[in-house]
Amino acid sequence: MKVLLGHGSGGRLSAQLTRDIFLPAFANPALDRLDDQAILQVNGTRLAFTTDTFVVKPLFFRGGDIGSLAVHGTVNDLAMGGADPLFLSAAFILEEGLDMETLQRAARSMASAAKSAGVQIVTGDTKVVEKGSGDGLFINTTGIGVVRDGLELSANRARPGDAVILSGSIGDHGIAILSEREGLQFECPIESDSAPLHGLVRTMLDTSLEIRCLRDPTRGGLSSTLNELASQSRVGIVINEERIPVREEVRGACELLGLDPLYVANEGKLVAIAAPGCADQIVEAMRRDPLGSQARIIGHVTESNPGMVVMRTVFGTSRIVDMLAGDQLPRIC
Amino acid sequence: MCLAIPGKILDTTEIGENRIGRVQFGGITRQAYLDWVPEAQPGDYVMVHVGFAISRVDEAEAERTYRLLEEMGLLAEEGLSETQRAGDRQP
Amino acid sequence: MKYLDEYRDADLARTLAAAIRERVTKPWVLMEICGGQTHTLMRYGLDEMLPSEVEMVHGPGCPVCVTPLEVLDKAIAIASLPDVTFVSYGDMLRVPGSRLDLFRVKAAGGDIRMAYTPMEAVRIAREHPLRKVVFFGVGFETTAPANAMAVWQAHREGLRNFSMLASHVLVPPAIRLLLGSRENRVQGFIAPGHVCTIMGYRQYEELSATYRVPIVVGGFEPVDLLQAISMLVAQLEEGRAEVENQYVRSVTREGNEPAQRVMNEIFEVADRAWRGVGTIPASGLRIRPEFAAYDAERVFDVEAITAEEPAECISAQVLQGLKKPVDCPAFGTLCTPENPLGAPMVSTEGACAAYYTYRRNLVCAP
Repeated sequence: MKVLLGHGSGGRLSAQLTRDIFLPAFANPALDRLDDQAILQVNGTRLAFTTDTFVVKPLFFRGGDIGSLAVHGTVNDLAMGGADPLFLSAAFILEEGLDMETLQRAARSMASAAKSAGVQIVTGDTKVVEKGSGDGLFINTTGIGVVRDGLELSANRARPGDAVILSGSIGDHGIAILSEREGLQFECPIESDSAPLHGLVRTMLDTSLEIRCLRDPTRGGLSSTLNELASQSRVGIVINEERIPVREEVRGACELLGLDPLYVANEGKLVAIAAPGCADQIVEAMRRDPLGSQARIIGHVTESNPGMVVMRTVFGTSRIVDMLAGDQLPRIC
Repeated sequence: MCLAIPGKILDTTEIGENRIGRVQFGGITRQAYLDWVPEAQPGDYVMVHVGFAISRVDEAEAERTYRLLEEMGLLAEEGLSETQRAGDRQP
Repeated sequence: MKYLDEYRDADLARTLAAAIRERVTKPWVLMEICGGQTHTLMRYGLDEMLPSEVEMVHGPGCPVCVTPLEVLDKAIAIASLPDVTFVSYGDMLRVPGSRLDLFRVKAAGGDIRMAYTPMEAVRIAREHPLRKVVFFGVGFETTAPANAMAVWQAHREGLRNFSMLASHVLVPPAIRLLLGSRENRVQGFIAPGHVCTIMGYRQYEELSATYRVPIVVGGFEPVDLLQAISMLVAQLEEGRAEVENQYVRSVTREGNEPAQRVMNEIFEVADRAWRGVGTIPASGLRIRPEFAAYDAERVFDVEAITAEEPAECISAQVLQGLKKPVDCPAFGTLCTPENPLGAPMVSTEGACAAYYTYRRNLVCAP
């Protein structure tokens, strides 16, 4: 049995890999919660600790590049744990023959993103692999931050009745990347939505601490995130199709390629599960932040159909939003 | 294989023996071969399948049948309100 | 998006559903032929909106699903060769052959690429003269002209490193087979709107007359399908059996003649095996002998490859509309999108995948 591209797509195959190989190997309570970050008690302080590796192709795209993605991605995983991101490490795997100029650009971009996000890159590592063994450049960032007091965020805390909040339009990043890939060739003004979300999260937490979980829907899209939450909390989630914002360009690209925006990657959006009583205030507060201007409640948590995500279509009928096995493939029928 | 979607032709060029158009779908554009829809001009809508326009959308026909559908909808609403009025008159 | 959004209007959909409910006086079994139409039905939950008297069974209009196991195995054999760049539409990549699928071949080092259009394969062949570029030309009549253009263009440019592994199937012979079967329960058909955009609907007139069955050419949006269903129900209730065209904005009786010409230039009609169904005479297309240099089956020595279907897979009966995916004992258990036993579970247009993805075990409506 070999590793397939699908194992990295964030869908079912990825989950299988974690379940079959990594969980049994590393088993411990922090890991078993399968959040995007580990929350650890160290000498009376709660720390959030997370890591992510960035393998995006192409390396530079509209709205970002592998460098800014590497900073934002890890900052966001910390923010989703309710932490103030403080420090990042950066490890580079370079393919022999990579243009020095490319590396320079990526590094400068990382520096700029880190500065805007208010984090420092304090340590790192570099390795070079032989030509043909990589896609030019891979970056791993690991981050650490301090978790706010009084906050308990976890994917297993959603309860029936809770509101599901989405911060903005879906599919921007995935389509921006696709439009720059060979083979598909469409012109698209969409930029990746890659952005650091800790400011937005801070605003939300200042409004209310009755937020059960925060997740940023990256690869695998909104669908994967909601399915994970439903599964880990053992609840059902119902969302309303009409409530989900999709930009016109993203729609056009998805229609052309036969893709469903629910499965397309994002890099600057978040999902929050919050107690019903405070959801409206949270959304109002989010809308005052430029990264949350399109925030809205898109659905709620239910007791029925635990582990499943159901969508109420614009027709009022219901369909399941299932987890994909691997990557979503453009179709021609 | 049947995924074809409607797009608006923005402009056309000749490349070799082929006529190629820039077609707009929602907010994106892509090239498509227009050789099979010789009558299609910029401003027209075409159905595009795997990079080829397979038909020019017949706007007149589309308009006509859509209007029929809408009328059906209005009639149905009126029918409903008749029933409601009848119901209101019940003691 | 114009000509798309209007046909997804919820009010219109409800109006049509109500009209169907109003009109129907007895049970009718209808079939939508194209996989794309099945997907729309499932994705918008249209079957929930239809009265219980109308039963939709899903037809064999999934060219990915009906690609014979043998052809998959040939594709995999060719794609595994070190000097080959194998280009395919996205949905074929996950379809299982006898042992492997193209993704697994990629994992083992095969140069396999996905393309939106067959002309992309021509471009790759042009830019990489030392690679043998093979395009996996699968599809119904909708896609045949486009695939033909790729061969035509390669021929015009003298690209000797380009070839196509063609596996084309034609819809009318499949419908004829269905209608001729003693077990057929289908009383009315929604003909595939984009196939008919290319071919017109003349071929369906003979079928309709011979078998006394109503056929409505339908589009792919929810309003299109509901309108087509309402037209079929009207015919059935009135005892008529004609060919009608719902998809007037794209389909004419004659179809698209320039596209048909290109298709006939490169391809000729041949007998074809349909996965899970068997060989249907004159139901497919093969590359004409004049273009043999571009026929991957001849260029690469793969003619001898044959294959056997897994025993548990009932895709044959699902594709013919005799069973629903949920009737299959392996559905959702042994057979899932990650571990498909047959193509209808893997292909995004396949009836089984559509059920699994959109409906599955929807226990209680929330």
